[in-house]
Amino acid sequence: MAGRRMIGTKTVGRTLAHDSAELHVQGAAAFIDDLREPEGLVHVYPGFAGDGALGRITTVDLSAVLAAPGVIRVLTAKDVPGLNDCAPVFGGDPILADGRIMFHGQVIFAVVAATRGAARRAARLARIGIAAETPAVTVEDALAAKTIDVGEPYRFLRGDPAKRIAAAKHSVSESFRIGGQEHFYLEGQASLAVPEEHDAVTVHCSTQHPSEVQHIVAHMLHVPAALVTVECRRMGGAFGGKESQAAQWACLAALAARLTGRPAKCRLDRDEDMMLTGKRHDFRVDYRAGFDAKGRVSAVEVDFLARCGCSADLSNAICDRTMFHADNAYFYPAARIATRRLRTNTVSNTAFRGFGGPQGMLFAERLMEVIAIRTGQDPLDVRKANLYGVKGSVTPYGMKVADNIAPGIIAELEKSSGYRARRLKIARFNARNPVLKKGISLTPVKFGISFTLTHLNQAGALVHVYTDGSVHLNHGGTEMGQGLYTKVAQVVAEEFGISAAAVRITATTTGKVPNTSATAASSGADLNGMAARAAASTIKNRLIDFAARQWKAPKSRIRFEDGRVLIGNRAIAFGELARQAHIARVPLSSTGYYATPKIHWDRARGKGRPFFYFAYGAACSEVTIDTLTGELKVERVDILHDAGRSLNPGLDIGQVEGGFVQGMGWLTTEELVFDDQGRLRTHAPSTYKIPCASDVPADFRVKLFESPGNREDTIHRSKAVGEPPLMLGISVWTAIFDAVASLKPGAVPRLDAPATPEAILRAVKGMTA
Amino acid sequence: MTTRASIRFLRKGQIVELFHVPPNAMVLDYLRLEERARGAKEGCNEGDCGACTVALGSLRNGKLVYEPVNACILLVGQLDGKELVTVDDLADGGVLHPVQQALVDTHGSQCGFCTPGFVMSLFTLYSQGGAPTRDEIATHIAGNLCRCTGYRPIIDAGLAACGGTPVDRWAREAKQAAKQLAALDDRSDVFVGTPESFIARPAMPETLARLAAEHPDATIVSGATDVGLWITKQMRALPKIILTGGVKELHAVEAARTQVTLGAAATYAEATPALSAIDPDIAEVLRRLGSTQVRASGTVGGNIANGSPIGDMPPMLIALGATLTLRHGDSERSLPLEDFFIAYGKQDRKPGELVWRIDVPKLRANETFRAYKISKRFDQDISAVMAAFRFALDGRKVSSARIAFGGMAATPRRGACAEAALQGTPLDQPGSWDAAIAALARDFQPISDMRASAAYRIEVAQGLLRKALMEVAGTSATRVLGDRKAVA
Repeated sequence: MAGRRMIGTKTVGRTLAHDSAELHVQGAAAFIDDLREPEGLVHVYPGFAGDGALGRITTVDLSAVLAAPGVIRVLTAKDVPGLNDCAPVFGGDPILADGRIMFHGQVIFAVVAATRGAARRAARLARIGIAAETPAVTVEDALAAKTIDVGEPYRFLRGDPAKRIAAAKHSVSESFRIGGQEHFYLEGQASLAVPEEHDAVTVHCSTQHPSEVQHIVAHMLHVPAALVTVECRRMGGAFGGKESQAAQWACLAALAARLTGRPAKCRLDRDEDMMLTGKRHDFRVDYRAGFDAKGRVSAVEVDFLARCGCSADLSNAICDRTMFHADNAYFYPAARIATRRLRTNTVSNTAFRGFGGPQGMLFAERLMEVIAIRTGQDPLDVRKANLYGVKGSVTPYGMKVADNIAPGIIAELEKSSGYRARRLKIARFNARNPVLKKGISLTPVKFGISFTLTHLNQAGALVHVYTDGSVHLNHGGTEMGQGLYTKVAQVVAEEFGISAAAVRITATTTGKVPNTSATAASSGADLNGMAARAAASTIKNRLIDFAARQWKAPKSRIRFEDGRVLIGNRAIAFGELARQAHIARVPLSSTGYYATPKIHWDRARGKGRPFFYFAYGAACSEVTIDTLTGELKVERVDILHDAGRSLNPGLDIGQVEGGFVQGMGWLTTEELVFDDQGRLRTHAPSTYKIPCASDVPADFRVKLFESPGNREDTIHRSKAVGEPPLMLGISVWTAIFDAVASLKPGAVPRLDAPATPEAILRAVKGMTA
Repeated sequence: MTTRASIRFLRKGQIVELFHVPPNAMVLDYLRLEERARGAKEGCNEGDCGACTVALGSLRNGKLVYEPVNACILLVGQLDGKELVTVDDLADGGVLHPVQQALVDTHGSQCGFCTPGFVMSLFTLYSQGGAPTRDEIATHIAGNLCRCTGYRPIIDAGLAACGGTPVDRWAREAKQAAKQLAALDDRSDVFVGTPESFIARPAMPETLARLAAEHPDATIVSGATDVGLWITKQMRALPKIILTGGVKELHAVEAARTQVTLGAAATYAEATPALSAIDPDIAEVLRRLGSTQVRASGTVGGNIANGSPIGDMPPMLIALGATLTLRHGDSERSLPLEDFFIAYGKQDRKPGELVWRIDVPKLRANETFRAYKISKRFDQDISAVMAAFRFALDGRKVSSARIAFGGMAATPRRGACAEAALQGTPLDQPGSWDAAIAALARDFQPISDMRASAAYRIEVAQGLLRKALMEVAGTSATRVLGDRKAVA
């Protein structure tokens, strides 16, 4: 009881299980392919050219497809009644290719068949001719072929970095590569479209962005948005991969439903899912930096060359975020931070947890390691010397870092992880061992919270109270496993003084809350929690007004707790109050709305306050590498992460651990390999290796930072926790860097990401060559 | 000898008998599309993610054993004589199974899509009783991928739930289930379909050999961990399937004084104890080979018969000097295993001939063995390079060596130049090893692919020979994982 009083809330701040946990473990939580299939269902499967990444489509012979058993019809570009484009913002992503293809695997037609198996088999029977041109596959290809960038180059500039680098005591100039990443959500892309009267359609879609899918389907069908309803109860993982990438399959299902008049389902097989949908951007990073003998950075010039794929998709906002995070937690007195958004003839890269931020931060952390090597210091001391607050507090884009808790988090983790003692022990180990080398690294995370496109920072919710006191909750956020529905239910339960279990959580649908933003940018709980609280609070205030009138009690003496309402000296059940309020004709339903305050961003000037606040964390990782094989073992990881005043510590720890492991995978085992014809060669879990259970160190110590709460007025002073922990995984990569560096004091390892055994061995050989 | 034209298995306490079984029907489709039981999920459709994991119960030496398998690449015909348990069955009258409850308690699910697979993998671990360690649980669930949690809570759930003697419904009803399974075991040769399109699961070795000889165009299937993908990914129509798994004799694993003999249908799981006793490195490779699901279905015989250049068993077996026996009708022939692999996709197996038996010599007193599996991820990954070495020692000298590699050529192959160069090499003069290490570059011209470049393959092969010699010479701390433990 005392503990509860201290946090001042009864439901918010408690560790409650995920609302669907009991269904998950029974296999009873329905994903799109588990929904009971409507009568007359047909299946849609996309088809593409087996070879060729770029060029004119010369022949599309679908006679064998149409003749295959079970096939009902095919869909091609000419069947699209409206706009044949499923791009989120800038256009350029045909639903069905028309005339040309721009990457290997681009959808040219789709088969509609009685069974999914029949559709899949038939889709392989097409004879498609491509007048193949040489594709630009890599950053270098794109530069050499002078492909047209998918967006304008953009940069932040502060001071005269070139001059300051020239004047610096030490400087470094190098180039390295950062690989992309496949989302590998366990549930592949899936949509089920059900046709309705007046050309309307309801699409059950595994998507983070129901509103956008609604708009794209409406444009594709050439009907008003009001005729399209998009619903999503839950996704089997998303990680950014179902923000813009879900729309194409929703469109194919909706188109098939329109043209056959029957419900239609489109669910991708894993290989097609991996070949046909976008991934995290890979980069080449070219940079120069100047620093003094103590390792303090005086200036940075960095060019991020992003491999965006064949279209803009979300690449511009992603590259912007790379720039916003190229400083991580460090002050650069002078800086030129620039990006090129290069077009390649590969699948269009897209949102992925961190949204460009991780690549920017990896640069910053590599820079700290390099400076430490060059100045002969411990990398942690170099990091501390460069933190915001030591020499300056304003970012290269002009935002003051007002909530900087990185120094405190780092200091606490340095102590709790035993960093200094372990550093010494590792040095002794390395001196003794000819084959194995250890490394350790402690890296911070500072991640800006808000969509950098300001108008996206808004949300809506809808709350009904029924006359028995049961509560129906709906909001614009989507559930992809992060526990958003649980957190928002806790917020509403808190408001009404009822248990979270008494709040009925319902599927996200464009029919209830319109014009929503994607559940992305870690914003889910911040935005939807606030909107839902506003809705609940409106109803609550009406109930208070009613109760004050009815029982002639001062409003100050009306409280909602433990499922009851205390009105002066009287206590009645929440349901009884609802019933009486209804009889008195008090409305028990309300929408709620929230728009993030304080933020503004002038992109043309590159100045403003794009973020409401920053989320912080730090991780310390220790690794062992094998210098004969390049094999890697992560031995121990300590994490301290800031979730503000956590809405649900159990769920937040889950985000921290899961995010860390996903970030570790990105930088170690996960390698996307394209061949020179632009074909992805790693399009299944047999060849693309996300971490498995044994890759997670047995010694894994994860804690939430004891926070007094977000200094900004967020929902119950919590902080967003979806994306930031992914970048804790950078500490594994820098620890590998540290281990390789031990081979030759003063020499900088040539290590790219991901640090596969091959990449590590190459870096090792580079040190001893 | 009797023939049966149906597939029979135990499901929720009842016998299910299917008379119409398309030869290529998969268990996951049977569950989701026929039974409409939608607990098991399709995540990858190739047996790599584990979201479709179900448990198969079978009698092993009279004892009921539950093993996890990937339903997406398991043929319905392979269910014959087994008990099929899925996640849909586990909760008992509204009460969660202990592994389900543990996963709820530890926040072991986030998106929940992989969860049914973890539940079933942990269910099989639970059913074994005992108290597995953290590492043992991680190994047990290596075939289940989760992209949300980072696994820690799932391992914790395993630790919490799998602590002692099982008390769930399956434990309570084990005797009944064992009786039912025993009754299902009628030693019938199963043949469902027509001579043109069938799935057959002979019980008698003679029937298997005769059927294969009569249908040289049939696909011989042991575990279907490879053939399953021909169906689910290449969408090949395989009208004639002959399953080897019904022949009890072919599951035999015999450990004699000087050799281990494996029947061709012995699964990795069945073969592991005897093979692991030869050398701890074999145990470690087997621990990492595939996943628990793959090792429960897949067979050493299948790993040989499919002729893959990147199979993990052939290099180890070749280094040990294994002999392969094939059978065609009533006649058998034997050959050194390395001679079986002729070229990429080409083995010395005539149409209608079956891989029948493998004889694996144990190590002699003066012999020492090392094996290393190099892959991007330790567990459940296909090797970029698989190395196996058997050194015969004469005091502090290598008197002879057998060196075999996978992933270095179009077939699993020996390194003749390196073997020759090693003869008489002193362990105490590392400089003298260089000739043999350099010779590997003459023995092998590997290719570059998505797993590794040719240059890395050569470098790592050379590094592994050096490592093996360092270890045999006495250097310690040479591995980031799998330091050699005493032979069990």
